[in-house]
Amino acid sequence: MAAAAVTGLVTGVLAARRPRLEAAALAVTGVILTIPSFALFGMLTILLGIGNPAVELGLALYALLPIVRNTRTGLGAVDPAVVEAARGMGMSPAQVLLRVELPLALPVIVGGLRQATVMVVAIATVGATVGANDLGQPLLEGIRANDRDAIFAGALLVGALGVSADALLAALERGLSRGRTA
Amino acid sequence: MISLEHVVKRYGDRVAVDDLSVEIGAGELAVLVGPSGCGKTTTLRMINRLVEPTSGTIRVDGRDTRERGVEELRRSIGYVIQQAGLFPHLTVAENVATVPRLLGWDRRRIRTRVDELLDLVGLPPGDYAERLPRALSGGERQRVGVARALGADPPVLLMDEPFSALDPVTRLRLQGELLRVQSLVRKTIVVVTHDIDEALRLGDRVILLQTGGRLAQVATPAELLARPASDFVAGFLGGDRTLRRLALVPLHSAELRSADGAAPAERVDAGGSLRDALEVVLRSPDGRAAVVDGDRVLGVVDAEVIRRAAVTR
Ligand SMILES: Nc1ncnc2c1ncn2[C@@H]1O[C@H](COP(=O)(O)OP(=O)(O)OP(=O)(O)O)[C@@H](O)[C@H]1O
Ligand SMILES: [Mg+2]
Repeated sequence: MAAAAVTGLVTGVLAARRPRLEAAALAVTGVILTIPSFALFGMLTILLGIGNPAVELGLALYALLPIVRNTRTGLGAVDPAVVEAARGMGMSPAQVLLRVELPLALPVIVGGLRQATVMVVAIATVGATVGANDLGQPLLEGIRANDRDAIFAGALLVGALGVSADALLAALERGLSRGRTA
Repeated sequence: MISLEHVVKRYGDRVAVDDLSVEIGAGELAVLVGPSGCGKTTTLRMINRLVEPTSGTIRVDGRDTRERGVEELRRSIGYVIQQAGLFPHLTVAENVATVPRLLGWDRRRIRTRVDELLDLVGLPPGDYAERLPRALSGGERQRVGVARALGADPPVLLMDEPFSALDPVTRLRLQGELLRVQSLVRKTIVVVTHDIDEALRLGDRVILLQTGGRLAQVATPAELLARPASDFVAGFLGGDRTLRRLALVPLHSAELRSADGAAPAERVDAGGSLRDALEVVLRSPDGRAAVVDGDRVLGVVDAEVIRRAAVTR
C-alpha cells in the first residue's frame, strides 16, 4: 500500500507535467483495474509463486489508478495564476511543487488514497485464495469449515476495517480542504 | 534602471514584441499600455524572465538579466498579477512573507517586515495577518498582493493589470493608494494596463504599444495628450484628449492676465490644474477668476488663458 502510494504520487506528478505520459499512465493503470482480481492474483502467483508477495504486488497495482488519477487531477486544478505568482517571486520548480502545488492538491490526492485504501481492503480479502496470510483468511476458513460464526466474524472484521479506514481518510480530506477552496 | 534594447519575442510566425527599445529610470513609474494582444504582458514577463526574449537584451540595474540566476533575479523583482494570485492555503502574513522566507530571513525579521508592509498597504496586521485570502475582498487581496511583492524590499516592481478585476470605485482608490505607496518607497515600477485613463493617472511616463508589439510612443501623460505621435496614438487617446489634458497641466504654468483694477470675485487656487480653473471660470458670471496663493492674487484666468495653456507646451 505504501509502495503504491509513493509510486502513484510520483507517476501522478510526472503525468501532470507531461500530457503524453499522462495518457499512457492512465491507460495502463486503467487496464490493470479492469483485470478481475482473481485473474490478476492468479497471473502473479505464476510469476512469484503462491503467497504474500504476489498478493501485495497485485494490491499495489490496483491501488495505482485512483492515486495516479487524483494526483494528476489535483495538480491540474491548481489555479495557474497562483503557480505563475510563485514562479514570478523566484521559487524554484521544486519549491513551486512542494510549497504550492502539492499542498493545494492534497485534499484531492488524499481522496485518491482513500478510494485506493477501501478498494484494497476489499480486494485483499480475495488474496487468501492464493495463499496469502491476510484479511480473507478467517473468512475463507469459515467457508471451508462451514462455520457461520467464523464467516460472520471475518466479514465483520473486513467491513470494520474498510469503513474505519475510509472514515479516517475522509476526515483527513475534509480537514485539508479547509482554506484550500478559494 | 530597466533597459530594453531591440527586444523581440516571436511565437512561431507570430511576432508578440517587435524590436522594442525603451529605458525606465530608477524611481520612475512607467505604464505599459495598448490594445489587447499588443504584447504588454509578454514584455513585462521578459523583464523577470518568465518569458525569454527571442533576441535583444534586457538589463536591470545595468546587468544583463541573462547573466543572472533566474531565481535570484526574480527574488529581486516584485511581481503583482491580476486578482493577486495569492496562495489560498496560506494566511495573509505567510503570503507576504514568501520572498523573505525564500531568502532565509530569520523569523523575527520576517514578522517585523510583514507588519510594516501590511500597515503600508492599509491593512492593520492585528486584523488581517492571520486571515486566509478567501476571507478578503477583491481590493484587500490586491493590497496583499502589493505587500507581498514588496516583501524583501526589491528595487523593481512589475504589475500586470493589478486593478482590472476591481469595481471602478475600488480601482480608483487603489490607484491612489499605489501613488501614495510609491511616494513613500520610490521603486522603479512597471504597470501593465489596457486602460488609457489608468495609464494617464498613474504614469510618470506612458509606453504605448500597438498591435504587433511595436512601440507607438513613449511620453509623459501631458506630452502624450498634447502631441500624439501618430493617428493610432490619437485614436487610442480618444476624442477628448485636450479636455483630459487640462487635469494634468498645473495652473501655475499658464500665462495669466494681470490683475490690475478690480480682481474678479471668483477665486481659484494656484496649486490646482487647468481643469480646476476651467470649472471656476465656467461658473463665474463674467467668465473670469482670480488665481490666488493664499490671500495673494497672482493674476486672472479666463477661457482664453486656459485655451492657450492647454494647446501650447
Ligand atoms: N505562450 C504563447 N504562445 C503563443 N502565442 C502567445 C503566447 N503568449 C502570448 N502570445 C501571443 O502574443 C501576443 C501578445 O500577447 P500578450 O499576452 O503579451 O498581450 P497583452 O498585450 O498582454 O494582451 P491583453 O491586454 O489581452 O492581456 C498575442 O497575440 C498572443 O496571442
Ligand atoms: Mg496581458
